[in-house]
Amino acid sequence: MALYSEKVMDHFLHPRNVGEIPDADGVGEVGNAKCGDIMKIYLKIDGDIITDVKFNTFGCGSAIASSSMATEMIKGKPLSEVKKLTNQAVTEALDGLPAHKIHCSVLAEEAIQSALEDYRRRQEEAEQ
Amino acid sequence: MFVYADNAATTKMSRAAVEAMLPYLDEAYGNPSSLHTAGQRASAAVQSARNTVAELLHADPKEIIFTSGGSEADNQAILSAAALGAKHGKKHLISTAFEHHAVLHTLRKLEKDGYEVTLLPVHENGIVTAEEVAAAIRDDTCLVSVMFANNEIGSIQPIGEIGAVCRKRGVLFHTDAVQAVGHVPIDVQALQVDLLSLSAHKFHGPKGVGVLYARRGVLLTSLIEGGAQERGKRAGTENVPGIVSAAAALRESCDHMAETSARLIRLGNKLIDGLRTVPHAALNGDAVQRLPGNVNFCFEGIEGESLLLLLDQRGIEASSGSACTSGALDPSHVLLAIGRPHEVAHGSLRLSLSRYTTEEEVDYMLSEIPPVVEYLREMSPVWKDMERGVKPHLL
Repeated sequence: MALYSEKVMDHFLHPRNVGEIPDADGVGEVGNAKCGDIMKIYLKIDGDIITDVKFNTFGCGSAIASSSMATEMIKGKPLSEVKKLTNQAVTEALDGLPAHKIHCSVLAEEAIQSALEDYRRRQEEAEQ
Repeated sequence: MFVYADNAATTKMSRAAVEAMLPYLDEAYGNPSSLHTAGQRASAAVQSARNTVAELLHADPKEIIFTSGGSEADNQAILSAAALGAKHGKKHLISTAFEHHAVLHTLRKLEKDGYEVTLLPVHENGIVTAEEVAAAIRDDTCLVSVMFANNEIGSIQPIGEIGAVCRKRGVLFHTDAVQAVGHVPIDVQALQVDLLSLSAHKFHGPKGVGVLYARRGVLLTSLIEGGAQERGKRAGTENVPGIVSAAAALRESCDHMAETSARLIRLGNKLIDGLRTVPHAALNGDAVQRLPGNVNFCFEGIEGESLLLLLDQRGIEASSGSACTSGALDPSHVLLAIGRPHEVAHGSLRLSLSRYTTEEEVDYMLSEIPPVVEYLREMSPVWKDMERGVKPHLL
């Protein structure tokens, strides 16, 4: 099927970082099964660095590929950089997505930001 | 192995259909409206094709109009009935919630033009009853349009019973028989159908050829103005090669219908029984009143497009009612109409077989599909929540 770029197909057929992290420092889940997309991202954070990241996704080919690419893009990166990850960057790294699939890259961005949010919340709770 | 299991979308042309077409491409290429020999040869070929189609539907050749396909036939049938109704102040039409969009969108257009449309709900097994149709008929009803068999879930409607109800009440009855013609026996007289649409590429004929059967006395409205082709009801030079080929394909399908149907019911049931062993999966549509070779399942916890892409990688070509496969936001209106929740409807898979499908291909699908479902479930947060009891299983 020529619907997707080779990059998208590669990440869909060989998704990187699939799985869960039981003792994750931050977990983010976005999307809605009714709409056909749910992404769940697990982060392991040491100091300022994302040391490990895993994802679980219910969704179409581009949703799985976006999750895979986004997790690759933040692995080993400092939080300051991860915070700046945009859906455009994910889309570009995948050599583009069909117009009606752009929301998949938005979900990937939101899932990561939601996991970071969860991490911050846990940090605050720990401090208190 | 390669398996084409998307025959409800379109079929491979049969050898007979291809060969029937060939002489009319570069030998007998005349325009049927021309007086010369070449034209008359083409005209005779179209007439012969019309006779064949009429005979196989138990109609009169004068009741057969060739169109560009099923969608055009659906549009013309409905718009004609609406125009006839309006002449007598009857502007109410009845159909079902799970029709093809060629019907639903035509009805929506009529609604904007001041008509009233009742879409009957469909039972869980994908069937509407004649009693429900009867109850919806009003004094100002001008048309009942119920598909012969559903294109996604294959459920076959009680067309003869609905035809009897409509005839008794004096209401025109149209059936979109695009999925059924060539696959199940159809006799327009016995079924008391006034209008019927079919499409040649669903029974190993060419794309771009359809037929509208309109019972004598049912005045058709032209959608395309121009020459006097098709008794003045459909202008445009006839698609001679396509029409000849369509008739040959229909003849061939009807000649082998009994054996094909018996084989496809057996192969379809083998697929259904095998896929039923996948946990939290369910067959869509009626188990018995369904098209031979139609298999449609919902697998909980996964999304259909990713399933199709992975199956395609393994050489299996199928389709899904997932929103992502159509570019729409909602999953299939058919699956929603039979009561599947959105989240379940996204995980549907349709396998539609044909007379070219082999037992080996069915076995291959049975060996490949369950592990792919399993693989996708293993990365699905929805499935994991269900397995851990965080969310309830819906199937």
